[in-house]
Amino acid sequence: MKTDRLTIAGRGYPSRLIVGTGKYSGFEVMRRAIEASGASIVTVAVRRVDLSRRGGESLLDHIDTKQVTLLPNTAGCYTAEEAIRTARLAREAGLSELIKLEVIGDEKTLFPDNEGLLQATRVLVKEGFTVLPYTNDDLVVARRLRDAGAAAVMPLAAPIGSGLGIQNAVNLGLILEEIKDIPVIVDAGVGTASDAAIVLEMGADGVLMNTGIAGAGDPIRMARAMRLAVEAGRLAAEAGRIPRKLHATASSPITGLLR
Amino acid sequence: MLNGEPHEAPRGASVLALLETIGLAPGRVAVEVNGRIARREDFARALLCENDRVEVVHFTGGG
Repeated sequence: MKTDRLTIAGRGYPSRLIVGTGKYSGFEVMRRAIEASGASIVTVAVRRVDLSRRGGESLLDHIDTKQVTLLPNTAGCYTAEEAIRTARLAREAGLSELIKLEVIGDEKTLFPDNEGLLQATRVLVKEGFTVLPYTNDDLVVARRLRDAGAAAVMPLAAPIGSGLGIQNAVNLGLILEEIKDIPVIVDAGVGTASDAAIVLEMGADGVLMNTGIAGAGDPIRMARAMRLAVEAGRLAAEAGRIPRKLHATASSPITGLLR
Repeated sequence: MLNGEPHEAPRGASVLALLETIGLAPGRVAVEVNGRIARREDFARALLCENDRVEVVHFTGGG
């Protein structure tokens, strides 16, 4: 098990928590939530500049890119071609090879399109991108993504924005058991701090979330809660939990009792 | 066309000039002309023609 830092494509990041920048009520709350989360990587989307709102504030005015690394996504792309095009634009805008690859296959669930995801991963890896694909909690797909050169696999815990927590611990466990040479970062579905702690306790290398923080009653407090949960979960995973047993084992000495 | 809307630019304007007229700092955007990416170092040299389709994108909040 790799300790203390999240390492992606040979680069170490101090935090195992990756946070999004969407859905905040305002830039100031977002800025403070990112700070409270301690995240060293933040995701951003690539969109057309809104020409009707010239001179407005820009997202990057509120993110200290000396402190955090930007991870652009291809959210909203439904084909490999769209995702590849978006990734290329993201590289130009951000001058970095990192890309969170999303190829969505279904509008209602936002589940990934495995075929498109694999196809886009192969093309982008060939073009020198560091590809972090958002994927199903499916071991076979995870394996194929790894073999296609993905720098990490990012299986979902539950549908994006659902806050349901891990829905298939067996599937996730199987991925964690097998994918050891690249990081496994659980992306999507985390609703509260305990969800994040469990993800890390299970042995995931990191966790990525947006709505769980941005949609919370107090995003700044929740960001701190997530930070602590990720640290606690990781520490517990490294420490090694006790085996689960059906019956009690006394914690106090069973000798020297008053009779 | 600029971001899907009709847009009038002076004849022979460069990508850089276009960005200046719409008030965008070239350091924070990416530009596509007719489906091909214009590199930032080429913005001043890349000249626009009639009926070009230009896309200007930037980073926005997302997860």
